[in-house]
Amino acid sequence: MTGTAWAWLVLLFPLLGSIVIALGYKALPQKAAGMIGTAAIGLSFACGIAALISLLGEDADARHHASSLWDYASVAGLDIKLGIYLDQLSIFMVLVVTGVSTLIHLYSYGYMQSDEGYHRFFSYLNFFVFSMLLLVLAGNFVLLIVGWAFVGFASYALISFWYRRETATRAGMKAFVINVVGDIGLVLAAFLIFRELGSFDYGTVFERAPEVFSVNEWSVTAICLLLLVGAFAKSAQLPLHTWLPDAMEGPTPVSSLIHAATMVTAGVYLIARTHVLFALAPTAADISAFVGLATLLVAATIALVMTDLKRAIAYSTMSQIGYMVVGVSIGAYGAGMFHLMTHAFFKALLFMAAGSIIAAMANEQNIDRMGGFAKAMRFTSVTMLCGGLALAAFPLTSGFFSKDEILAYAGARGGMYLIFVVLGYFGAFLTAIYTFRLIFRVLQGEPCAEARELIETGHVAHEAPKNPATGEPEDTDVGFPGPEHHIAETSAPMRVAMGVLAFLALVGGLVQVPGVDNVISDFLDPAFEGPVLSHVHPSIEWDWIGLAIGGIISLAGIWAAHWLYVANPERPRALEQRFQALHDFLFHKWYFDEAIDLLVVRPALAIGRFANRTFERFVVDGLVTGTEETVRSAGGIVSRAQNGFVRSYALLLIAGFAGLALYFLLSSS
Amino acid sequence: MEAVVFFVAAIGALGGAIGVIAMRNPFYSVLALIVHLFSLAALFLLLTSAFVAAAQVVVYAGAVMVLYVFVVAYVGGGGESAWEPIPGQRFLAPLLGIALFVELSIAVLGSALKALETEGPDVKAGFGDPAAIGRLLLEKFLLPFEASSILLLLAAVGAIVLAARRQETNA
Amino acid sequence: MNITWYIVLSSLLFATGVLGILLRRSPLVILLCLELMLNAGNLALVAFSRMVGNEQGQVFAVIVMVIAACEVVVGLGLIVAIFRRRLPLNVDDLRELRG
Repeated sequence: MTGTAWAWLVLLFPLLGSIVIALGYKALPQKAAGMIGTAAIGLSFACGIAALISLLGEDADARHHASSLWDYASVAGLDIKLGIYLDQLSIFMVLVVTGVSTLIHLYSYGYMQSDEGYHRFFSYLNFFVFSMLLLVLAGNFVLLIVGWAFVGFASYALISFWYRRETATRAGMKAFVINVVGDIGLVLAAFLIFRELGSFDYGTVFERAPEVFSVNEWSVTAICLLLLVGAFAKSAQLPLHTWLPDAMEGPTPVSSLIHAATMVTAGVYLIARTHVLFALAPTAADISAFVGLATLLVAATIALVMTDLKRAIAYSTMSQIGYMVVGVSIGAYGAGMFHLMTHAFFKALLFMAAGSIIAAMANEQNIDRMGGFAKAMRFTSVTMLCGGLALAAFPLTSGFFSKDEILAYAGARGGMYLIFVVLGYFGAFLTAIYTFRLIFRVLQGEPCAEARELIETGHVAHEAPKNPATGEPEDTDVGFPGPEHHIAETSAPMRVAMGVLAFLALVGGLVQVPGVDNVISDFLDPAFEGPVLSHVHPSIEWDWIGLAIGGIISLAGIWAAHWLYVANPERPRALEQRFQALHDFLFHKWYFDEAIDLLVVRPALAIGRFANRTFERFVVDGLVTGTEETVRSAGGIVSRAQNGFVRSYALLLIAGFAGLALYFLLSSS
Repeated sequence: MEAVVFFVAAIGALGGAIGVIAMRNPFYSVLALIVHLFSLAALFLLLTSAFVAAAQVVVYAGAVMVLYVFVVAYVGGGGESAWEPIPGQRFLAPLLGIALFVELSIAVLGSALKALETEGPDVKAGFGDPAAIGRLLLEKFLLPFEASSILLLLAAVGAIVLAARRQETNA
Repeated sequence: MNITWYIVLSSLLFATGVLGILLRRSPLVILLCLELMLNAGNLALVAFSRMVGNEQGQVFAVIVMVIAACEVVVGLGLIVAIFRRRLPLNVDDLRELRG
């Protein structure tokens, strides 16, 4: 079978899985739904491997194929096909997405077991994977937008999965609305592309673009900026990032899959896919890189003071995606994608471990109340430590190689890009600090009550579930965090998934050790061949120097975290009091939510209220009521003719007759 | 000679008509109508319609008016003013009446029907005779003839039903 | 006297009948005015019959007379019924069929 045939199968299985589980939700027993869901993604992964093998069997230059099932619209200059585009970039994304998704499905199989909405969860999750694969495999901008929108919907459905929780539904709406803002940018970009280049198809667009556009022409810059709007909304970069922390209202597997490994990387994929356009608009690419850098730093600072475990990890995601955005914006496509892959591994793992701990804490997410799980939950702590080391770029972990490769590339480009190097390393320092702040708080120290209960009795705490944000009791009847709590130690599927990811988080970086092997970049680089961007390769010496600096910074960060948070238990509080204003600023997430509320939400509501009071009341209501009044008064006038007087009726008759006679007289004269 | 008869009959007809609408006492109106009907019969005779004239006198003036006289005698009435339009139609009613007359006159006088200015073709001796009418009624217009007899039956029954005394129902 | 005179007279009588209907209150007199109008129509019919030269108009006039008779019968029956029920014999007061 050809590579594209395997690619179509990759798309088919998750869709089938979603439909089968959705239609059979009454008939299927719970385990069956979980198995079907996981198997669907697993089959998808297998087909992805088959497609990869088929691609590897070809020349490096010929590894791109388009295939379409049917013509979607073939009218008057429009030629939109239901088509996919299989090349190195898309197969890479497919493998990352399906691979990590399979593990997360396996994890959810155990984690969501006592949830009433189990079937719904797997159906949504499969649909999400289908949409993400559609986005990644799409061969033209229209199908890309379709996949993009589906992903947004799936994210909404999964964030507000526990729909009786008001905070969850509000978070879902917030995510959806911000995603729609991004969608607008993407759609406008697609329109502009069609207008300038006459096609939506990737092949045609990327061929014609260098011929039609000159460098930094306003149209291609506009296209790229609009694409960036879409990418930033989806990837939670400044200023469209406020939805991501709130999205933690969803179940932990959702956070792990969507908000760590897959959906938020869609923006990075988009920039990488349209690299030809970005190469023609260096200004836009630079803007993108700087936004990524800013997000990186802002998110890292916020993560330093976050007390909610999942939200802290979410800010970490935002920060790491900033690295990826920087990577693909400055031309380090291979490095950016490599970091995407390793980040998927260790972030998904961190979320899984966090899920396990939160389950042990009976849905409590505040790290100030946690402690000492190292003794209580061995497996979870070990895997969490693996993920944390990779995130902090501890030497020889996967994160170590991937993050520093981006910074080395920036250094090699030189000039302005040295800012990225300096601030990137500063960000790495902060990353190490906040990561180990979390790890020390949660795993070390005196065991909290729940941990003690685990150590002593081996039982998981069984309090009634409460909304971690507001503390109100949850409604477990409909589809809620179930009354049972599942932790990794008790659930085999969870252990398998976390184990595989921990292994990958530790050794996944070895595929791209500078000077030794360059698997990912070698594979991906032909997809990024372009006439405009110069090929910049850091030399191997600089690579190793960069890695060394990175390693030192990582160790320094871990030590700093220890010094700040563990060595002296009073120090965190003393620091907080000394830098109260700064702490508040960071704690309130740099007041972004408040700023957006002031600048966007309130004016929009005011406009709405104004429209209601004036336009709605006078124009629309006026029209409707006016029509009604006119008809009623006309009716009133006519009904006065029916007064009951016979002679008046006779008069009307005679009058009509006289009028008619007059008309005939006049018309015949 | 014919003109004189015409004008006399016309004045009688008009006078009777005005009398009908102007008299206060309904009984006098009935009498005026009888005068009017007789005048019309004279006009019919001028138009060589002997049978219709006779029917007018016998049926209309003789039977229908007698019916009227009986009812007026039974019902009584009178003492009301003659001119009583609905308030709001004081001017409209006479205006419309006059307008109607004017329009019809214009229609007739300005008509392109040239035959109107003649006195009609020369007719045979038996024009308007009962024999001629009778032949038409039984040959060409049999259906209207029969239908009108049914109508008469209906009217008679209807009148009896309308005017019958209500049966006093004992509890 | 050509036919025009008869027709004009007929329309004059008809207009008089209309005036009577619009101006009088007593249903009896209104019925009388209806008779006026019908007779005006009869006059026109007979005049046209003379103008055309066959008696079909006269037959029509006879049928009209029959109809007028029926109508008078029913109308007078109504008036008698109204009178019997001691209602005012005044078309303005009999107005319950009001819109």
